[in-house]
Amino acid sequence: MNKKQDRSDWKPTRDGYGKGLVELGKANKDVVVLSADLTSSTRANWFKKEFPDRFFSFGIAEQDMMSTAAGFALSGKIPYCCTFGVFASGRAWDQLRVSVSYMDLNVNIGGSHGGVMVGPDGATHQALEEISLMRVIPNMQVVVPCDILEAEKATIAASVTEGPVYIRLGREKTAVITKETDDFKIGKADTLKEGKDLTIIACGTMVYHALVASESLEKDGIDAGVINLHTIKPIDAKAILEAAGKTGAIVTAEEHLIAGGMGSAVAEIIVREKPVPIEMVGIEDRFGESGSPWGLMEHLGLMPEDIVAAAKKVLKRKRS
Amino acid sequence: MKRPDIGKLEKDANQLRKDVLTILTKAGSGHTGSSLSCIEIILTIYSYKLRLDPKNPKMENRDRFVLSKGHGCPALYTVLAHFGFFPKKRLSTLRELGSSLQGHPQLGLPGLEASTGSLGQGLSIANGMALAARLDKKDTKVYCLMGDGETNEGQVWEAAMTAAHYKLDNLCAFIDFNKLQIDGFLCDVKNIEPLADKWSSFGWHVIEIDGHDLGQIMDALDEAEKIKKKPVLILAHTVKGKGVSFIENKAEWHGIAPSPEELKKALEELETEKE
Repeated sequence: MNKKQDRSDWKPTRDGYGKGLVELGKANKDVVVLSADLTSSTRANWFKKEFPDRFFSFGIAEQDMMSTAAGFALSGKIPYCCTFGVFASGRAWDQLRVSVSYMDLNVNIGGSHGGVMVGPDGATHQALEEISLMRVIPNMQVVVPCDILEAEKATIAASVTEGPVYIRLGREKTAVITKETDDFKIGKADTLKEGKDLTIIACGTMVYHALVASESLEKDGIDAGVINLHTIKPIDAKAILEAAGKTGAIVTAEEHLIAGGMGSAVAEIIVREKPVPIEMVGIEDRFGESGSPWGLMEHLGLMPEDIVAAAKKVLKRKRS
Repeated sequence: MKRPDIGKLEKDANQLRKDVLTILTKAGSGHTGSSLSCIEIILTIYSYKLRLDPKNPKMENRDRFVLSKGHGCPALYTVLAHFGFFPKKRLSTLRELGSSLQGHPQLGLPGLEASTGSLGQGLSIANGMALAARLDKKDTKVYCLMGDGETNEGQVWEAAMTAAHYKLDNLCAFIDFNKLQIDGFLCDVKNIEPLADKWSSFGWHVIEIDGHDLGQIMDALDEAEKIKKKPVLILAHTVKGKGVSFIENKAEWHGIAPSPEELKKALEELETEKE
């Protein structure tokens, strides 16, 4: 698994978002797209080209963009706000809290360049906190698509989902795991593989790593299930508790800080309803740093072998 | 809309002042000074300009008013009750558990257009409404009232640039320029002057008025409608705590309610003023 993977057919989730926006533009005249000077980076330019009248530019002013989106939504529009995840979730947090979530408006946020894979840009631009920051706001829903196809489906689903949805997107090309025909529903986890010994619950880029890890564990005689928890909120407690009940051990995996992230959300369910050992793969209390995207993933312990190690650790705890 | 009779409007304003003081006293907390300074502004916008139907608060073609300085909501609540958006007796539930009259405005109260309270966000919300109306080719007008201290917030200036960039001439914003904020006089806390020049240089048409003079407010509202390709800012010079001698121009009255004794004194003053 350390050997160089063929990544020629991989695609970034932000492209799925951009495609989804164009689809929505055709299907629904009430969809408007707002951007804070990152129009090409977030792929909002694809919508802008097709529907210039429904595209609004805010310059580098994320706070203004989010509250303006609230005004659009209060007038029956369905806005999509486009910027980097760090700025969407951090810079404009209070606007998402008060202008958007307190009023429970159908404002959708595409936070691109999430995670460490922005790479060389370094810590200021690597969004490692969005899941924590967004899920703590009442009414805010949080989706972390695992691939380009799921990102497109999530983007379209958000338009008909009541209340705000934050969609975490990535810059880097990642594996395409799902199929066009797969069902996607916000709030419904996808079990990609049934297991007996433990379950790996992952989101975003880490879903693919979970699948690779599961294959590797199989060679050691360990049967690890994999759940794609694309929606962190509302969380699919049923799927999580079933997995905990059936396999008795959980590993969570996310390209995000452990504090408050997807693993924390899973643990909040498990410790109260069905306590089983949990190990968490994610980033410890620290900022990112410059580096190549995949070099950083390795450096920060976010590769399949890190999930394998966590799986073996959790099994020891399960058996003791 | 026809110009309302100034004598009647003055009487209404006086009554609303009494209502504001009464409900704040009952609540035992709230923003007295900030509510009293903006009563004429809100009352005049509602009486003279807004196309609304209190029986159908969500009417498709209505005009919009956003109270960006959410803490001044007792003034807005009394105006909404005055126009019959909800029964006047509900005013006495201000700030109570389960009341639709929250300490800062919360969507859901009939006639209320936006939740506000964290300062600096209302003008952006109003911009969104104005942009949406333009997109739908509606002749909706959007009004927004900000506090003067509120312009300390950077987002206000982000929104000011947005409104000018999009030439939002269906938007008219007010600043309740009462010169005081919680910590004291604006010029001591953080000087925002020259405020009119700042807005002009941001591409706005600025009108300066006495924010307690009903005729001047109406004239400014008329002028605002004639301005094309630019948003309009009405800089309304006001007195914090206007109408009650011991509350006027005192920063410490920003966020407290009168005691029952103070209410009695205040109501007496307002009775005398009426005569």
